[in-house]
Amino acid sequence: MMLQSNNTAIKTELTNEPFVPVMYEIKRIQRETEDTFTIDLILPDKKKTNFRFKPGQFNSMFVHGCGEVPISISGNPIKNEKIVHTIRVVGTVTRAIRRLKVGEYIGIRGPFGSHWPVEKAVDKNVIIIAGGIGLAPIRPAVYHILEHREKYKDLSILYGARTPDDIIFKKELESIRGRFDIDLHVTVDRADNKWMGNVGVVPTLAKRITSDPSNSIAFVCGPEIMMRYSAVALQQYGMSLQDIYISLERNMKCGIGLCGHCQYTGKFICKDGPVYSYETVKDLLKTREI
Amino acid sequence: MTSLTSYLVEHPFLKGMDKKHIDLVVGCAKNVRYNPGDYLFHEGDEADWFYFIREGQLALEVFRPHKGGIVFQTLGTNDVLGWSWLVAPYMRHFDCRATELTRAIALDGNCLRKKCEEDHELGYAMMNRFVKLTEDELMALRLQLMDIYDAPIK
Amino acid sequence: MKIEKNKKYLLSKENISSLVQILQKQKFKTIAPVVKDETILYDEIQSIDELPIGMTDVHKAGSYSLKKRKDKALFGYNVGPQSCKKFLFPPKLTLLQTKKIDGKVTVIKSSDPVEKLALIGIKPCELSAILVQDKIFIEGDYVDSYYKQQRDNLFIVTTNCTETAYSCFCDSMKTGPEATKGFDLAVTELIDGKNHRFVIKTGSAAGVKVLSNIEGIALAPDDALALEEAKISSAKNKMGRSISTENLKELLLDNLNHPYWAEIQERCVSCGNCTMVCPTCFCSDILDETSLSGEDSKRTRLWDSCFSKDYSYIHGGVVRASIKSRYRQWLTHKFASWVDQFDTFGCVGCGRCIVWCPVGIDVTEEINAIEQDVEKMKPVEVEA
Repeated sequence: MMLQSNNTAIKTELTNEPFVPVMYEIKRIQRETEDTFTIDLILPDKKKTNFRFKPGQFNSMFVHGCGEVPISISGNPIKNEKIVHTIRVVGTVTRAIRRLKVGEYIGIRGPFGSHWPVEKAVDKNVIIIAGGIGLAPIRPAVYHILEHREKYKDLSILYGARTPDDIIFKKELESIRGRFDIDLHVTVDRADNKWMGNVGVVPTLAKRITSDPSNSIAFVCGPEIMMRYSAVALQQYGMSLQDIYISLERNMKCGIGLCGHCQYTGKFICKDGPVYSYETVKDLLKTREI
Repeated sequence: MTSLTSYLVEHPFLKGMDKKHIDLVVGCAKNVRYNPGDYLFHEGDEADWFYFIREGQLALEVFRPHKGGIVFQTLGTNDVLGWSWLVAPYMRHFDCRATELTRAIALDGNCLRKKCEEDHELGYAMMNRFVKLTEDELMALRLQLMDIYDAPIK
Repeated sequence: MKIEKNKKYLLSKENISSLVQILQKQKFKTIAPVVKDETILYDEIQSIDELPIGMTDVHKAGSYSLKKRKDKALFGYNVGPQSCKKFLFPPKLTLLQTKKIDGKVTVIKSSDPVEKLALIGIKPCELSAILVQDKIFIEGDYVDSYYKQQRDNLFIVTTNCTETAYSCFCDSMKTGPEATKGFDLAVTELIDGKNHRFVIKTGSAAGVKVLSNIEGIALAPDDALALEEAKISSAKNKMGRSISTENLKELLLDNLNHPYWAEIQERCVSCGNCTMVCPTCFCSDILDETSLSGEDSKRTRLWDSCFSKDYSYIHGGVVRASIKSRYRQWLTHKFASWVDQFDTFGCVGCGRCIVWCPVGIDVTEEINAIEQDVEKMKPVEVEA
């Protein structure tokens, strides 16, 4: 079973030296939640970066003396004066990144991987479903759509977090809520009665979408179970699986399909993924330990 | 057609139901309105009514003496609330509070139960729909139980 | 006489000896199989006397030993535990070093030197494995610069097989017993009583150039060519193992949930030996080391194995927790998903994984068993 890929390898200096990171300086660190933060990187000595990426791609972030970790890019793909990553502390390297201070260096290799098909979504309704930290890899797609708002029809964003305290990008979500051209629904899995918003898992929000499902494309990102349940909900709402895109996660180490770790049968998630059409991976999603 | 009928005919929950059955349902319906903070019912109450929410938001919560209410689900526009009216002992298992100004159509469970008893075709049509509603909620509940985002790492 | 590409010439044992010396004069480090540690391993040789003359290796599932031959063949061995993989894709390679002073980090690119290497006497399966790894490391979107540089400095003298071992199945994988591409020179050793000759085929301009330095050689006569053909064809007919590669990819990928994987799990100890001896396995991990002061840090690439649990670790857990899933990953990668990735099988039929498996799991038997089992379980239409 060949997996369709929309990866367009961006040829950079990395093409020849794929294991050598470019050093960036931490410009700003912003707390998102108790375990998640956003970090802005610039080239040292105020050099202009020519870093370009497509929404959904990731970088390998390297911390001196510690190691590397693949992190999706959460910044604006149109404004490229800095590289933005939103990171959840889940292991040794992410913990080491959190300990770094403004002015310290991080190595970057990338961008790697396939992207959300924002080109294919032109003239369509776009439905974005994100869960937890899954909003970070999808935020560049939102920026892209908002920068080219006239090219797209309805934009619905359904976002679910564990609790109100776990919601990332709070200020941005609040400002988006005020826009008439975005249909935003935020939900949490559990809350006390101070929370005035929606409570329930994010796939249940699919019934709130009002746009025509036959002319829609969905980008779904979050824990794999949440993406599977969301695909079911989107199908009930009337969408076909080939219009639903998800971002998969496996042990991505080198980012360029050379180290083998992220294999998913015939494909390397780091190179051909992480973004796939649901249709192409639906059978694999049912296979355990693949 | 009354606004009640026209709303219920269009409602996805009743999609495909015979007109004569919808008329029977409408016969047990009334419009209701709740202000934010109003409780529709409390745990242990008799489950006499169920609701089609026209607009607004309702929170289902359980009260904990030392920590206040815990909200485990909210319902919004076009959602259907309540199936306790359909099964004995017809009792509420949690509190329901409006968190926004909420307009809904309330259906009298007693009234509809009698009609279902008399007309098993109506009973089957209702049961069919409530089983689907139960399945949807059960699926969501299971996903919620899995705590898929994991607790924050300190 | 003028030596041409893709022509076959006749060489004597002395000519083979001069061939090694010519390569050395051209500054090649000459690498060939030698007897070492009770096995046949690759090492640097100064002359052909160091080859495993008159020796061969006997293979079984989970067993390897050396045996004296009845003749004085130079290339009368099969394959040892090592493959040529280590020369192009070293088990341990420094990728880079970094230095951190006042929070600022500088990168020092690694410049591990490559050498001019002449691989002499490597078998066609071994050569095919290099061609398979070429697709991974230099023919994709990203190039492994160390591999590329070392590859550009490689001279290959392959030896066609006139005998086979218990574990050989190159004929099934279409990688032997005769080398068809990728070599500079290809030798077939012919021993006919006391007549010890070599047919050598030129496969590249570099091969032509090297051979042109040997004086007094002529085109291989018909009798030598006929004997060569007969010997290679006899090897082909005496393959120790075989599998059917037709629809193999589909067979495996359609049966990812087949109960047979669980049966293999009862035997496999997940040691990873098969991946270490495999000439095409290319997985690697990275080791980060830091000086006590924290100032200097080094990144080293190491061979990794899909049989280790950590291999599929993502925060919070391991994707392939069971041995059956790891065995399935390895086998389906070699014989199925590799085809999607690199348009070739990831197996060259060298049989090392059979020989060096501590419990003697035989990949060809497992594939055949799955095939038969699937065949058995196919619904049979019965006439009413």
